[in-house]
Amino acid sequence: MKRLINLTPSKSTRWLLGLIPFAIILILYLFAADARHIENPSDKLLPSFMQMGTTLNTYVLEPSKRTGEYLFWSDTLSSLKRLLLGISIAAVIGFVFGLLTGAIPTVNAPFAPLITIISLVPPMALLPILFIVFGLDELSKVALIVIGVAPFIARDIQRCTQEIPQEQIIKAQTLGASTWQILVRILIPQLFPRLINAVRLSLGSGWLFLIASEAIAATDGLGYRIFLVRRYMSMDVILPYVAWITLLAFILDWLLNKVSHKLFVWHYQGAK
Amino acid sequence: MSNIATLTRHPTYPMLQAKNLWKKYDDNVVLERLNISVNTGEFITMVGTSGCGKSTFLKMLLGMEEPTSGKLLLDNKPIPNEPDQSRGIVFQQYSVFSHLTVLENVILAREFEGSALFGKLFGNAKRKVVDEATLLLESVGLATAINRYPHELSGGMKQRLAITQALIRKPRILLLDEPFGALDPGIRADMHQLILKLWREHNLTVFMVTHDLSEGFYLGTRLWVFDKLRRDPHSPDAYGASITYDLPITRNKIMPAELQTTQLQEV
Repeated sequence: MKRLINLTPSKSTRWLLGLIPFAIILILYLFAADARHIENPSDKLLPSFMQMGTTLNTYVLEPSKRTGEYLFWSDTLSSLKRLLLGISIAAVIGFVFGLLTGAIPTVNAPFAPLITIISLVPPMALLPILFIVFGLDELSKVALIVIGVAPFIARDIQRCTQEIPQEQIIKAQTLGASTWQILVRILIPQLFPRLINAVRLSLGSGWLFLIASEAIAATDGLGYRIFLVRRYMSMDVILPYVAWITLLAFILDWLLNKVSHKLFVWHYQGAK
Repeated sequence: MSNIATLTRHPTYPMLQAKNLWKKYDDNVVLERLNISVNTGEFITMVGTSGCGKSTFLKMLLGMEEPTSGKLLLDNKPIPNEPDQSRGIVFQQYSVFSHLTVLENVILAREFEGSALFGKLFGNAKRKVVDEATLLLESVGLATAINRYPHELSGGMKQRLAITQALIRKPRILLLDEPFGALDPGIRADMHQLILKLWREHNLTVFMVTHDLSEGFYLGTRLWVFDKLRRDPHSPDAYGASITYDLPITRNKIMPAELQTTQLQEV
């Protein structure tokens, strides 16, 4: 018998082992929901899959009586719009500041301490200020994501920039490169895969800020919906929505990873 | 001393001079009382224990470090205080750009030269530099690897690429910082032939740091040994190193008896 530390499961075993916890959670849920429904057939706390299916059906396939929109899709669309807009703006701002503070000492001196301090401010504490300044519309929700995510990306990119071997910067200079040329030909291309990585890591907090701001002030969106139906204890809406948000988060993460591997082969193969 | 130098230029002063050069970091004296002069076309190899200042001296030649006192003159003028295209460099590692193919790595210097804004050439201008780079790559035996990325190359091929990349902009001085230290002996012998060939063809002045004394003797036309002349056992940083042996090497390459007994750690 090998030591535990040396036992590596094969690929198929890995898949199987990975699926087991999901199956267990599912089965536990089914049993618990069933038990509750025997006591009280109209139980709302642990809805059966039937109940969730029926409710989801009206959200996904039938237009709302009040607005005529398909709520599930319009919620998804507005949430994704806010999230992607916020993350994109944060990525651009974070990349520019991270690159410049990482590469240029005279930019680092005034801005690096500022970025560090800003990144320590809890973004949620700024939400009231954003509502006051930008109003209750889209802008304040996007702004919250930007403020929450951009400093993280900036610090991450700054660190990555400083980790690029000094030898490369020197070599580029001996090839006659100016500061600008070093930025556009040496640093920026090498930082792109790292930016995608930083975005992947920050998507989680992006979702957090999105749902929080939607919960407080919005008229549509995935976060708005689950907080709205909470008043009626509609777990049959909340649970599928949470699963849907998780799936969306997973797909975004997967897509970014795929794109990065496709575009930057040298980054993944060249590492050591 | 082989003087290819004087055949091509007739300067009234040597190409490179150090005049009573000192380098200190706070109280730590690294180099002291360094006086040398080097002519165009020399191949200088530098050996010595680690921390004896040979890498610091190379950094000064590169323009990354400035002398604390004394003078370091290139063409009788203070050497430029930042790296530029007159002095090429090859490091032991990280010398090539991992996000560019072999060809892109080599044309890069020409692209920096030809396009200030994008650092990238297109169309005819690009075709011209690609042709130039292809010729150069063929001459160093990398013709078949043109479209590969550095991570697909062996250590020896990577260093060939690093040298080729450094040469395309035709620097007068080539600085080598232990370029072959990580290579297998067989590959290293190939690289020795290559560097000697390029040194002659491109009329270079080479400064090479090495840990390998026999490599230093084999390649160089002149060998410098960096060591401390004065030592204070209670304060090891109080005195700096200098060049304790400055040996012209003739082609029959006989190691002087005095050096054979010198203890060189890490050789």
